[in-house]
Amino acid sequence: MSTENKAKEPLFSTKNLKLITKQLNLSNPITVQVLGICSALAVTAKLMPAIVMSISVLVVLAASNVVIALLRKGIPPRIRIIVQLVVIATMVILVDQVLKAFVYDVSKQLSVFVGLIITNCIIMGRLEAFAMSNKPWPAFLDGIGNALGYGVILVMIAFLRELFGSGTLLDFRIIPQGFYDFGYVNNGLMILPPMALITVGVIIWVQRYYTRELIEEN
Amino acid sequence: MKVLRDLLDKQKPHFEKGGKYEKFHAMFDAMETLFFVPAKVTEKGAHIRDAIDMKRTMIVVVIALIPALLFGIWNVGYQHFLSVGESPDFWTMFWYGFLKVLPLLIVSYGVGLGLEIIFAQIRGHEVNEGFFVSAMLIPLIVPPDVPLWQLALAVAFAVVFGKEVFGGTGMNIVNPALLARAFLFFAYPADMSGDKVWIAEKLDSFSGATPLGNALVGNFKDLPSAYDMFMGFIPGSIGETSTLMILIGGALLLITGIANWRVMFTVFAGGLVMGYLFNLWGANDYMNLPAWNHLIMGGFAFGAVYMATDPVTATQTTRGMYYYGFLIGMIAVMIRVFNPAYPEGMMLAILLMNVFAPLIDHYVIEANIKKRLKRLKAVSAN
Repeated sequence: MSTENKAKEPLFSTKNLKLITKQLNLSNPITVQVLGICSALAVTAKLMPAIVMSISVLVVLAASNVVIALLRKGIPPRIRIIVQLVVIATMVILVDQVLKAFVYDVSKQLSVFVGLIITNCIIMGRLEAFAMSNKPWPAFLDGIGNALGYGVILVMIAFLRELFGSGTLLDFRIIPQGFYDFGYVNNGLMILPPMALITVGVIIWVQRYYTRELIEEN
Repeated sequence: MKVLRDLLDKQKPHFEKGGKYEKFHAMFDAMETLFFVPAKVTEKGAHIRDAIDMKRTMIVVVIALIPALLFGIWNVGYQHFLSVGESPDFWTMFWYGFLKVLPLLIVSYGVGLGLEIIFAQIRGHEVNEGFFVSAMLIPLIVPPDVPLWQLALAVAFAVVFGKEVFGGTGMNIVNPALLARAFLFFAYPADMSGDKVWIAEKLDSFSGATPLGNALVGNFKDLPSAYDMFMGFIPGSIGETSTLMILIGGALLLITGIANWRVMFTVFAGGLVMGYLFNLWGANDYMNLPAWNHLIMGGFAFGAVYMATDPVTATQTTRGMYYYGFLIGMIAVMIRVFNPAYPEGMMLAILLMNVFAPLIDHYVIEANIKKRLKRLKAVSAN
């Protein structure tokens, strides 16, 4: 511990900030690491559930990252996955209860998917890959970064799907009635999960077009 | 022809690298090779260059589609005037249908080829001709009254997500034309299914149900006669109604060797076998429908002749083709009879088997390798 105190780095050093910014683009959980796709397809038909889902994942991921980082030296390696799961499950249950208490309607829409945050690969992946070998503060930032990277993509998909699938955003009518009178019809395919996958594909396409670092060498 | 050649030669330098219109090179190249056989010559080694390139292959398919197209145009008019209770002369009906179908063709070709040219230009290769056929197929498999903007969107979707993301013509996994139809079917079900859409501008009092629509709700007494269904005097998607015209086109495809007879015949066989199986089962009226009726209703013949035989998305192995075609026919009839949400199963059956085609090929090849290894062992053991 004494060696760590000597070289105490500032809370928001470049290295620490990078933990957040890198997840938004270069190692985005959804578009680059392709984790957490399942919930990205399931909860993005409307914007509101997507936002609530992102916030839930943010809370769960940040909290469990910190807890695991605090416990990291005391966890026997052989049962670490079980310990991680217990921590995640605790957080998820807390979040679920809060959602049920304060935003009951959205919680009903999200239904089983709040519970399924437990199996979200992003969370397990970050606990295993980062929190197990880092101090609480970087682990916290890493959790925030990953959850933000996840949330940004989720909100993007939900924005496109709700706009073109239902003509609304957060249940406010965006596409004017005049369009419908003129013959415009909402795109029913946008509501269905396949279109969410295609939307993810399009986001990956656009992202790779602008960030050349992501393109693999053949 | 000489005038055209001179004109093209004169304009050519402008479109080469460094020329004024370099950006439009792909478009110029597409036009030039459309009129003239490319002057490319293989210079080294022994090669055989067939005179029939992709452009000419595709043109044969387009020609094979013309009987169905012409009949479809007439039938759009015929069904419309039938529904309003008039019976004008042949040319009035044809003209009415022509005015309905022409915008669909223009939108389909315009949007599709526009996107193809843009992609070709960005990627620096020639415009692929595959879309000539797709753009012709798409208007033939939609209802006559489909809104043009929806069609444009579907064509764009099919070209970009069905073909270009996989690398262009010859790389696609599913048939682009069917993908466009599937897009319309799921995105805008109100304009693509039900009893209202199959006759252009029909009166509300007139029942516009297709034979399949009638069969699905158990309305068998309203089913048209087999002669009408074979000849195509029934409502439906523009090009799919006349089995006769489709068979003429199919014969042309088989004679020229463009389409594979194995796929074509096994699709029909699969449908027929499934129909007979249902006859044997006979749990409800739909299952008791004579098996051959399935082949002349809806888009079965059209799918079998023009869609399933698409060489890119079908299986590549000879034995695989039998499985592939047979399963398409069986699944199509199965969806028709079993699934209350989809009156027609041809589109979904072909798309499904398109996805499975590589798997079928894989197992056919594996089986062949195993067989030959066994033979080798038997020989070396002696």
